[in-house]
Amino acid sequence: MPMSRDEVFAKVKDVLTTALAVDDDEVTPQAKLSEDLGAESIDYLDIQFQLEKAFGIKIPKGELTPENIFSNPEFVQNNKMTPKGLAELRLRMPFADLSTFEADPDINNFRDVFTVDTLVSYVMTKVNP
Amino acid sequence: MRWIWIDKFEHFEVNVAARAVKNVSLAEEHLHDHVPGIPVMPASLMIEGMAQTSGILVGAARSFREKVILAKINKATFSRLVRPGDQVVYAAKIVNVTEQGASIEGTITVRTSIAGALQELPVGTIDMMFSHIDNNMAGTRFPDFNFVFNAQFMELFETYRRDLNLAMPG
Repeated sequence: MPMSRDEVFAKVKDVLTTALAVDDDEVTPQAKLSEDLGAESIDYLDIQFQLEKAFGIKIPKGELTPENIFSNPEFVQNNKMTPKGLAELRLRMPFADLSTFEADPDINNFRDVFTVDTLVSYVMTKVNP
Repeated sequence: MRWIWIDKFEHFEVNVAARAVKNVSLAEEHLHDHVPGIPVMPASLMIEGMAQTSGILVGAARSFREKVILAKINKATFSRLVRPGDQVVYAAKIVNVTEQGASIEGTITVRTSIAGALQELPVGTIDMMFSHIDNNMAGTRFPDFNFVFNAQFMELFETYRRDLNLAMPG
């Protein structure tokens, strides 16, 4: 039976409260993992491991967090994503809402793409393919 | 003093689990300060002992090619004191290992004699994560030389393998 978004959100919330030692009420759909919940780079790997366990899914390398994009001069120039880079991101991250990032595609803003909602949308694609 | 907080591996199954021991002795200076009159093994050094046990286990999973760095302690709980004359046992189990890093679950027990009777009792649980730092998300570069697995750590692993060959010739 497919999982509802609410069911996925509840489990993602459990994962985040454990992995990031934050309170339940801090984990809102709009919360940004790094800025609002304090996630550091190793936490992303921890979250990935815990999501795999919680949902019984496999998260292939580069699927949730795209690779070999920011080092490619075709995709990034002067710390900004090029239109080609943005198109590549949309292709690789169909589960993410990139609209805010697209408005100011400075690569330092990219981590803000990872909100709780982004994780929920990603997991939805895995549990309800 | 060398920064080695395990004495010997008792069990080592690459990619799966490892168990190491550490004998606690009053000859160790730090016990006289922690705490004066009641020498007990500091919990922080038991975390280090678990990190060394697990770190070598995680390193072996990638044939010691990766630089394995302790990156996160997910949980560390302790329920019993460890005293001079005791033997600490670090048992680590790999939960995940990927190109980027690894997570392990660890349990600590103590072999102690109470009125001459040897017992093994629970001390704590520690779950931790390691990063393979050459594959870090930020793309930071580190020296080519593997500064993590120095000769002292490798000696622990090699000693275990030598003992195994001696115990099971051929």
